[in-house]
Amino acid sequence: MNTLNYRVVIFAFAFLFGVVFSIPSLTQCDENTTKGGGSSCGKKITLGLDLQGGLHMLLSVKSDVAVSSKVKSMGTSIKYNLDKEEIIFDALKIDDNIITFEVLDKDDLPKVVKILSEEFKEVAVKQNGMNFSLELTDELIASTKQNAINQAVDTIRNRLNMFGLAEPTVAKQGKDKILVEVPGIKTEADENRIRKLIAKSAHLQMMAVDEARAARVDMMSDGEARKYGDVILRDVADNRTKYLLYAIPILDGSMLTDAKVGYGKNNNQPQINFTLNGQGAKIFGDFTAKSVGKRMAVVLDNQVYTAPNIVQRIGGGHVQITGAFTPQEAHDIAIALRSGALLAPVQVESQRSIGPSLGEDNINASIIALVIGFLSVVVFMVLYYGMAGVISNVALVANLFLILAVMSLFQATLTLPGMAGIVLTVGMSVDANVIINERIRELLHEGNSITKSIEQGYNNAFTAIWDANITTLIAAVVLFAYGTGPIKGFSLTISIGILASMLTAILGTHGIYQWLLPKIDKKRLGFWFGIKTDKEVK
Amino acid sequence: MEVFKGQKTIDFMGNAKKVASLSIALVTISIILLFTRGLNYGIDFAGGTIIQVKYETTAPIEKVRDIVSQNPKYKGATVTSFGSDSEIVIRTKQASKSVKGGAKIEVREMLKDTGKFEIRRVDMVGPAVGDELREKGLMAMLLSIIGIIIYLSFRFEWRFAIASVVALIHDVTIAMGSLALFQIDVNLPILAAILTILGYSLNDTVIVFDRIRDGIRTIKSPEMSDVINESVTKTLSRTTLTSLTTFFVVLTLYLFGGEIINGFSFTLLVGVVVGTYSSIFVASPVLMWLKFSVLEFRAREAAKLKREKEKEKMRAMYEQGTM
Repeated sequence: MNTLNYRVVIFAFAFLFGVVFSIPSLTQCDENTTKGGGSSCGKKITLGLDLQGGLHMLLSVKSDVAVSSKVKSMGTSIKYNLDKEEIIFDALKIDDNIITFEVLDKDDLPKVVKILSEEFKEVAVKQNGMNFSLELTDELIASTKQNAINQAVDTIRNRLNMFGLAEPTVAKQGKDKILVEVPGIKTEADENRIRKLIAKSAHLQMMAVDEARAARVDMMSDGEARKYGDVILRDVADNRTKYLLYAIPILDGSMLTDAKVGYGKNNNQPQINFTLNGQGAKIFGDFTAKSVGKRMAVVLDNQVYTAPNIVQRIGGGHVQITGAFTPQEAHDIAIALRSGALLAPVQVESQRSIGPSLGEDNINASIIALVIGFLSVVVFMVLYYGMAGVISNVALVANLFLILAVMSLFQATLTLPGMAGIVLTVGMSVDANVIINERIRELLHEGNSITKSIEQGYNNAFTAIWDANITTLIAAVVLFAYGTGPIKGFSLTISIGILASMLTAILGTHGIYQWLLPKIDKKRLGFWFGIKTDKEVK
Repeated sequence: MEVFKGQKTIDFMGNAKKVASLSIALVTISIILLFTRGLNYGIDFAGGTIIQVKYETTAPIEKVRDIVSQNPKYKGATVTSFGSDSEIVIRTKQASKSVKGGAKIEVREMLKDTGKFEIRRVDMVGPAVGDELREKGLMAMLLSIIGIIIYLSFRFEWRFAIASVVALIHDVTIAMGSLALFQIDVNLPILAAILTILGYSLNDTVIVFDRIRDGIRTIKSPEMSDVINESVTKTLSRTTLTSLTTFFVVLTLYLFGGEIINGFSFTLLVGVVVGTYSSIFVASPVLMWLKFSVLEFRAREAAKLKREKEKEKMRAMYEQGTM
């Protein structure tokens, strides 16, 4: 009889596969240390945040804000277009996302209608004599909101990548949520910097000071300012200093092409130098030429950084923000400006922040539990079943390697519940072998030959193991589909474990028995199967 | 080594009614507990914030409680020790939506005079997220039960499916009752544990049922109770061994797995015990009480076999060209 059967060959390949592909995960080889890229390293399991420490946040986007700022930038654009055509208008205001203005000269009306129909196609325009009102359509509102979310995902990803941490994850989750995972944060200070970087709107605006009413700013309420189409903003360094600015900005950060940290010539203070694109530079040049002697404020996230007097026309589109910041802050603001503004602010829906030392404790605790549990099962199987137990243990080890290998190939994340899933799979894999071994023993007790006992035993045990595994697999797959975060990790390891255990515990051990069959001594059933029987075995 | 050798058939079903009253009592108590004491939803489901703080020396827990209670933002917050003397956990229903820091910065500021410490973990869940999770969790459980009923009806018979689901509900109810009794924080890992119990309970029941299905074909007696008794006795060795090994694995998780996984492993410990018990004393008697008829089943099987044989005969005839 040829003892090298197909089962044992498949099993050997599976074992080899398991060992080879789980090596990168077991050694946790680092792509940064192995020079020449990741190809030498191979795919590996990443440790979950609960095991290596880090920051996990589920963010939501206040997309309403994106809509109102879209309206605002439309206001800017209307002002720019009307000014360009030298149309005289008044009372340009935004209220409840509706832009209104009045044209003063009747002869300009056809020009205004033409501009509105050419430049603002997606907007519902209402005309009432000399008064115009513009409102966003529902589709435009929906697409603006969606755009704000997608843009937030890209922007946050860019910022985290520029910050230079290993493997941050930024992904859209569901319709309107953003999942941010930053592993490997070492200190609380770093965590705070990253949080600030994510949260920063980086909304840059150049705003003109309303010089006509500026003197009265300290006595003015926000409501009164709004009536004039103005807004009151405070100085970043000195909270008490207020500025009265035209609410519709001259230009905003969308026209920015680059931002870098530089140092002032006189005081060596960190400052941020940024460059405007062609259109921005032109608007900026035109405005400064027209406004010599007036003040212009550089506003970042609704705080005034500087508000210098315009001495002469500024061409070329190079602008600086000075202010009292540390080099680190300047660096982070420059990153935020370069990656673009968030169209809408984000807020946290849920978060998990785990210190690196806790992650280490978690790993140690679960590894200790895993090892103790594993060893006690292995020892028990050998004591109770003899060689049959050893064969089961080989399958068990193969099973573990296979789980690790498949998870590595999927580049799955191993979390604490995932570890628990592995422990449970160990239990189920042992169960399959217990069922098989019990069935074989029964048949041996009935006086069947060893060959028949093994073959019949596997046959009898098969339906039980199959049905039990499939039902559990159904539950695991449903969980994977419906679960989030830790539940997903858990059901993934269980599913992989069940499939692997069918391969190792059913097919693999069967193959090993068939392979060893000629060596099994019917007089030493105690050694081979851990039993004594009074009946003569054929 | 062999423990269960040449076991005489045990009359499990003879005492089924007595044992059933125990099951009914346990389930009733669990339901009462769930309604009166209720589940202690952790932040994953209820929303709120957990801050885990580790001191370099013994944690000044009284002092921390004092400071926390004076802060209006932390109204109703609880401070408990966690695992060791040096670690504490602050739990509050508040959830700060600020990305910039929220609880971590607040707590650092609030406790700055209490000694040297490290903030090891901050978990925050907004209320909306919790609701969504609870809905999804329930949905997952319902769907998997439906999937399992369909599969088991197909592989066994509808009565087997019903009986296994009765056992399943029995197990999950008791496990949840014990969560209510000990007021364990119900978080995502606990949900995972409940779902594992679901899997384990089924696994165990299916294996016993498989033996019963086997027994229906091979055991001479037409009485369902005899078939069950003999089949359950035959699986007793496997049931005990597997439950014990699983129990020990879970016990090591409970003892050595660390504080975070404690609730998870506790739930599993209960589940393993109840799941094993229910396969024998809940699922099997329910099958009997649903009036499963051995004779009918055999007749159906025989008819099926006959049909198949006839089909084969026809095919053979067809292949030979006689038709």
